[in-house]
Amino acid sequence: MEPVTYNLIGAGLIVIGAGIGLGQIGGKAMEGIARQPEATGKIQTAMIIIAALLEGLAFGALFLGK
Amino acid sequence: MRNTFFKKILLVAALVFGANLFAQEKEHQSNDSQINGDKEVADYILHHIKDSHDFHFFSYTNDANERKHFGFPLPVILWTSNGVTAFMSSEFHHNDDGHVIVEKNGLKFAKIHSKIYELEAGATEVSFDETHHATNASKVLDFSITKSVFGILLVGLLMLFGFSSLARQYKNNTIPKGLGRVLEPLVIYVRDEIARPNIGEKKYRKFTGYLLTVFFFIWILNLLGLTPLGFNVTGQIAVTAALAIFTLVIYTFSGNKDYWMHILWMPGVPYLIRPVLAIIELAGAFLIKPFSLLVRLFANISAGHIVVMSLIAIMVTMKESMGAVGSTALSFILSFFITLIEILVAFLQAYIFTMLSALFIGMAVAEHDHDHAHDEQGHEVSDAEDVRGDFI
Repeated sequence: MEPVTYNLIGAGLIVIGAGIGLGQIGGKAMEGIARQPEATGKIQTAMIIIAALLEGLAFGALFLGK
Repeated sequence: MRNTFFKKILLVAALVFGANLFAQEKEHQSNDSQINGDKEVADYILHHIKDSHDFHFFSYTNDANERKHFGFPLPVILWTSNGVTAFMSSEFHHNDDGHVIVEKNGLKFAKIHSKIYELEAGATEVSFDETHHATNASKVLDFSITKSVFGILLVGLLMLFGFSSLARQYKNNTIPKGLGRVLEPLVIYVRDEIARPNIGEKKYRKFTGYLLTVFFFIWILNLLGLTPLGFNVTGQIAVTAALAIFTLVIYTFSGNKDYWMHILWMPGVPYLIRPVLAIIELAGAFLIKPFSLLVRLFANISAGHIVVMSLIAIMVTMKESMGAVGSTALSFILSFFITLIEILVAFLQAYIFTMLSALFIGMAVAEHDHDHAHDEQGHEVSDAEDVRGDFI
């Protein structure tokens, strides 16, 4: 296979991993909000920070693999 | 006050679009530079996300086979071996592969892939080696007012006018009018939801100015990127790197004793592990934090631009299989909705950059209540609520 194809497979794997991670974060945050609606603001803030960190990791990997 | 401000905005807009009328260029060129294949579309998109020396709205080839470009030129300012040289980018006639040579100040210049090269003495045209690198031309120091520089200056002026008028209103009465009604809730949001909870009640005032500036700078530039002017300022890695370095400098120099203690000699862990932790913490503080800040903003905005441009390009690439009307309709619907998402992303990325900056500053200036601090063995005794912040 050409090197470009490996890059594309790697990019696909990164996106799958990031997707699973984001799904976990979003799902757990929803669960937390449903259990404790009064903590919505705090949960959302923490959720966005973790999602941003995950996204930074995913973009860093895509950026280095480009 | 409001009227004069909007008049200023209208004046700027009129100047910007008025200049466009004078900038229509006639140029004879063969049809092969027309966008007619996937390769050309990809080149066009990659060219769009780069910085350029002129504003370019669109080009077309008319019936007389003339290539016409719509846009307006920007000044080119170069520091060359003969001193400062300045001319308008229109002298390159939208050429980007080095075939148009501009002679100024006794030197010859050519533009290749949005970079300006100075030809060596005696050379009359640029020659390339097999990897398409120029062999007889070298890059010059380029201080041009490029598209990104223009965008940064524009946003700087807009913020200066907008916020100084908002600040003046508070001298007379407490309720803002006009633009201030839009800006005031955002300013209060940044102060009360970002700065205050992350930095802490005692010290947030000192850093709110920086956080507000960086928030509005990124937000307005992200929104400008969605206009047909085609700014991609926050998608330039140099711009996001500069912003990340500002944050790095601020939290490094405002870090207190506890912050450096936790980086260099982490209390509460076995002594053998402390040097290992110090290496990890140093890499985190000086490399990983700023790198994640700059790459996140750069990659999000660039990716957004590529997606919007690709969906717009559907009307060219799918024309054969779907017909002109079908491909245009599909492209319009998709790019409309992705643009709505991009408006959300524009805000979200500004929010995240500001939020993480506030968080990093907050970690550097956090005061430890020493009533629970260290017992005799150097172990930190603290309840879960206090250590929670250290893990975020």
